[in-house]
Amino acid sequence: MFSEQTTGRQKVERISRRVQEIPPSGIREFFDLVMGRDDIVSLGVGEPDFATPWHIREACIYSLEKGYTTYTSNQGLLELRELICEEVQEDQGVTYSPDSVLITTGVSEASDLALRAILNPGDEVLVPEPSYVSYKPCVSLAGGRPIPVETRREDEFRLTPEGLEREITPRTKAVILSYPNNPTGAIMERRDLEELVDTINEHDLLVISDEVYSKLTYEGRHTSIARLNGMMEETIILNGFSKSHAMTGLRIGYAIAPQEIIDAMNKIHQYTMLCAPITAQMGAIEALRNGSVEMERMKREYNHRRRVFVKGLNRIGLDCITPGGAFYAFPSIRRTGLGSEEFAARLLAEQRVAAVPGNAFGRCGEGHIRCSYATSLEELKIALDRIEEFVNQHPRG
Amino acid sequence: MDDDRLKELLEVVEHSPKIPPEELAEMLGVSVSEVTQSLDELEERGVIRNYKAVIDWDALGEEYVYAIIELKVALEDRSGYDAIAKRIAGFPEVRSVHLVSGDHDLSITVRGRSMKSVAFFVAEKIAPLKEIRGTVTHFVLKAYKEDGIILFDDERPKRLSITP
Repeated sequence: MFSEQTTGRQKVERISRRVQEIPPSGIREFFDLVMGRDDIVSLGVGEPDFATPWHIREACIYSLEKGYTTYTSNQGLLELRELICEEVQEDQGVTYSPDSVLITTGVSEASDLALRAILNPGDEVLVPEPSYVSYKPCVSLAGGRPIPVETRREDEFRLTPEGLEREITPRTKAVILSYPNNPTGAIMERRDLEELVDTINEHDLLVISDEVYSKLTYEGRHTSIARLNGMMEETIILNGFSKSHAMTGLRIGYAIAPQEIIDAMNKIHQYTMLCAPITAQMGAIEALRNGSVEMERMKREYNHRRRVFVKGLNRIGLDCITPGGAFYAFPSIRRTGLGSEEFAARLLAEQRVAAVPGNAFGRCGEGHIRCSYATSLEELKIALDRIEEFVNQHPRG
Repeated sequence: MDDDRLKELLEVVEHSPKIPPEELAEMLGVSVSEVTQSLDELEERGVIRNYKAVIDWDALGEEYVYAIIELKVALEDRSGYDAIAKRIAGFPEVRSVHLVSGDHDLSITVRGRSMKSVAFFVAEKIAPLKEIRGTVTHFVLKAYKEDGIILFDDERPKRLSITP
């Protein structure tokens, strides 16, 4: 009834300008190339290759049998929030009240809520790049302006105070830290974070710290910036169960933040999501109660693959920093003389290996590709052989 | 190699004994000689007893019959359970022998080519032993999991090839 013909309006006007202005995802474009092919080895997958541990799935099934199919409170089950506080206390030595925890539908929802809760139109948010693809569009959708901050190979893709300082303006409201990092695998150790604190405080910035890969830290232990002196009051911690407990499809995450920010986030959440799915909340409770053995087992396997794969890339001549966390390697492909997109497209066409072009994660990702090693050792070895052949066939011209 | 690495090595080898030392070394981030040396040492100490494959003979169409047999034991003298357990363990038909708590004493598994051969083995070799006061034989109808390995193939959902 309200089709274009009857209203006489142009189709383009139906879509908000804000959405129109968001560029299409670089990953999405590449996805279309890969779709429907089953002869490829894919290093493009940003999720565990393990199924959710059985005891967690079983807890979800049991909760369904018992009829746990209702809404929960907006903020999420108290038991889950208490368990999260216990874990954060144990891991980071910081004490939060369960009132300061909000259970969300994945970390994706949590980061969206955090941005919408704090941004006024025109506020700037610093996004260190290469970076997960969602932050910049989410900042724009929340009315803010995303400002990329380049990190460099020489710094092992860590954010430095100089890099941060360079992009700060009077309109800068927050900085997003995402370590262990997707796509580089970079981590920020305690001393790296300490170096940032003065700059953050001087400019009165909020920190949105996406720590979804924190449990997959292979070199040392993960440090949350919230545990550093005075930073608890300035930090919104985002975390979830997708990567640590292989629960991506269950969509369950959380935010922990100063009370007024959590209350603001909950205000949006109650109108837009109401609550996170109860089945996934029940699974998350089981994950926190009894999930450490399976989690350690998966982490150990990732670590084995990481060592084999990164060594293999460097042997082939694709220079790669040792990723301290997550499950990605981010090798440089400069020696081939090809751009990221061309490299990825030709690697797929000629050798049937899918990796994601580095520039999908920001301009400074150019000259790299992202390879996920969340796939079996057998597949990784086949991929290495094929990449080697590809590199040999494309010596710098 | 430190203790943690050693345990990690054992956990890998326990599930995948076929991985060559060169690859084990890469997986663990140690040298090849460290791996071979540690394995030799562990074998010598009797920590590694054997490298074994889990085989689903059913999948090959080979007919094997397995039985779990509960044994009630009355000890005749001070030699204890060890003597009778060792005696039973000596038969190649016997795959495992465990001393267990509960209303019987030994639990053994036996493999044979037919139900008849297993039944005769128990009747002729096990039941007549003077310490044995009773046997209950449970024939295995289907194996779902063996030594921690799941033997049924369920289709696994596929992941998308490219995700952010």
